[in-house]
Amino acid sequence: MFGKDFFKHGVHPPEFKELTAQEPTRRIPFPKEIILPLAQHIGAPAVPLVKVGDRVERGDKIADAGGFVSVPIHASASGVVTKIARAPHPNGSWSEAIHLEVDTWSAQEPRPRIISNWQENLSPKEIIDAIQQGGLVGMGGAAFPTHVKLSPPPEQKLDLILLNGCECEPYLTTDHRSMVEFPDRVHLGTRILMKCLGVQKAIVGIERNKPDAIEIMRATVPSDLDIEILPLEVKYPQGAEKMLIKAVTNREVPTGGLPMHIGVVVQNVASVATIAEIFETGLPLIERILTVTGRGVRQPRNLIVPIGTPLEDILQACGGFAEDAAEVIMGGPMMGIAQGNLRTPILKGTSGVVVLTTEDVKPKDVYPCIRCGHCLDACPVFLDPQILGSLGLHQDYETMMEHHLSTCMLCGCCSYVCPSRIPLSHIFGVAKASLRSQGVRV
Amino acid sequence: MNKPRLVLSASPHLLGADSTPRIMMTVLLSLLPVVAAAIYTFGPSAFLILCASTLGALLPEKLVGKQGSLKDGSALITGVLLGLTLPPGMPLWMAFLGGFFGIAFGKLIFGGLGQNAFNPALLGRAFLQAAFPVAITTWPKTGGPWMALRGDNFALPLMSPQVVDGTTGATPLGLFKFEHVPTSTSSLFFGSTSGSVGETCAWIILLCGLLLAWKNYLNWRIPISIFATTFLFTGVLWLIDANHYPSPWFMLFSGGMMLGAVYMATDMVTSPTTNLGCWIFGAGIGLLVVIIRIWGGLPEGMMYSILFMNAFVPFLNRATRPKVFGAPSRAELRAAKRAQKQEDQT
Repeated sequence: MFGKDFFKHGVHPPEFKELTAQEPTRRIPFPKEIILPLAQHIGAPAVPLVKVGDRVERGDKIADAGGFVSVPIHASASGVVTKIARAPHPNGSWSEAIHLEVDTWSAQEPRPRIISNWQENLSPKEIIDAIQQGGLVGMGGAAFPTHVKLSPPPEQKLDLILLNGCECEPYLTTDHRSMVEFPDRVHLGTRILMKCLGVQKAIVGIERNKPDAIEIMRATVPSDLDIEILPLEVKYPQGAEKMLIKAVTNREVPTGGLPMHIGVVVQNVASVATIAEIFETGLPLIERILTVTGRGVRQPRNLIVPIGTPLEDILQACGGFAEDAAEVIMGGPMMGIAQGNLRTPILKGTSGVVVLTTEDVKPKDVYPCIRCGHCLDACPVFLDPQILGSLGLHQDYETMMEHHLSTCMLCGCCSYVCPSRIPLSHIFGVAKASLRSQGVRV
Repeated sequence: MNKPRLVLSASPHLLGADSTPRIMMTVLLSLLPVVAAAIYTFGPSAFLILCASTLGALLPEKLVGKQGSLKDGSALITGVLLGLTLPPGMPLWMAFLGGFFGIAFGKLIFGGLGQNAFNPALLGRAFLQAAFPVAITTWPKTGGPWMALRGDNFALPLMSPQVVDGTTGATPLGLFKFEHVPTSTSSLFFGSTSGSVGETCAWIILLCGLLLAWKNYLNWRIPISIFATTFLFTGVLWLIDANHYPSPWFMLFSGGMMLGAVYMATDMVTSPTTNLGCWIFGAGIGLLVVIIRIWGGLPEGMMYSILFMNAFVPFLNRATRPKVFGAPSRAELRAAKRAQKQEDQT
């Protein structure tokens, strides 16, 4: 049933992972202010439980889930709520956020809140509740609430848990460090998932450019669990959920469907390690591993940062900007978003901060499309970016839908290969945003 | 902490190294050996023809092309490619006119780079073929001093060239078609025959094509498909009657087959974007070439075959679009339709 280790198409961008691959994670001093946007995940924003002037402890729940597809938010440091107001959001907008003034005198010692010990006799429902109460979302970038993925309809048969350790975005080493430093946590998290979903088989997909992670993960697999460590081809976007499933199982997630519809649940390894943390320490998701890298920052590092730390403090902890720094990206360089405001906070789903130099962002001339077809050979979901691009430029978004615009995941492969430097994936993003504003589901 | 002026740009923030001018320049560089072979074979005439057709191609691009469009190098390629398909003894003003027509009416009128439906170099040549049918089929004799002109290159504009008796020859394809004299494959392969400026030396063109295919600047499926179809089709005919039909090797290495298959049919703008489309496109060209060469009125059919198949490219692109990831396959769609029909009936 398994054994293929590639999907078709895709690209091979330079990796730049050597900047931080061997850097052990380290903590940074607490910032003066923590900014916690209520919308940090896909789904309904959280609802504040505190008011201005309230004192909160590190780990306190300060906003509750706004629905089933939503998770609570917890204070990532002890302090006082100074305001609940709009703050810059990494997606480029401004959104409602709880601002905390961090207590400078506090030891920031958290109290265990949720479940203090992993016990084999916990029921699936208790596990899922704990995970939602822990505020867990996918930490690879998409920030989809974890408990929703773990609550398939009862008639849905699942046969595989797929752990995503690909980390195919260049520069980032967050998942890499999670696996190298906390392999036992990843395995405990997997145990919890298997128990919760009643699935007997788990596979961890890791790109071959992380041999140390593959080795450590293999050496630490618990003997009573069927966890396979599967090295995968180094190719972007290997870590895209659908591509990973295709590569490992040769199954295709149907258009508009979810992985669970073909019997698979995919979790990012860092998210799984955080699941284990909830059951180990009883602490909710209040901090995460974050790669701060790129030639535009003086000391590229892997950090453990409180959620809600502003970019400024994070860059400060890495020696600040290099002379020729030019662009700050949240996420990886292929899909990440450029930031214009250094007060923008790190969210639960932020997997990295990449600072590029003037050299990296030199503007490039755009030429007319010469129909070379390289974009068709790169598109991992077999779209025709050339047609979509010309339709997009004419703002013919309806026809773009006929050409399967909704299947596009904005991975950026087409833009990456385009010799005429036509910003294809950007055009598609604009088309999707415009359609969404008209209420079309794309 | 110092704060730089931050740039905001759309993702992806990493881009590949290829660029359109770089592709054009590489194609142009890869043509240098072909040009050198042409000059080696046909002397100063080849050089003059190439210059004339290139100037003819650059002029309209300069006059009416979008600003800076000369920089992308595509007009230069069109000019050189056209020159390579012309007989070396042709009057220069005709070559110039061909280049001019190719770019002006083959490309600019459609909206410039990337918009044209037909290969501009071949369109220029088709124009010359229609306008000057004699001049474009007057081939020089092989041999003779290298420095000598291979015909009346300097005929005045609007004047027909003077043809001196005894200085003209015939191309291998012409020899075969009209006099039924075959030419050995080795002399075709190494380019010691009469023919157009740049089409006589097969092995150099093949080598340059390999380089481009390795750089992914041409889709290798197109030439392979053309070669395979031509070879198989001619091979079958040849097996049926070896006296009447040419050998498949002769077909492959004679006339504009190599130059056309490697440099003309693979023009990115006028060839299909899907790989399956490229296979079909090449097969169509191969079939047409054999049909024209064997049963048509002309000894050579590469130009018309490619132009004809160019017209099918938008259709091929649409018909061969691959199945989108996650979408139902054609078989599944058919099955669903059948099930629906059955349901309707019951």
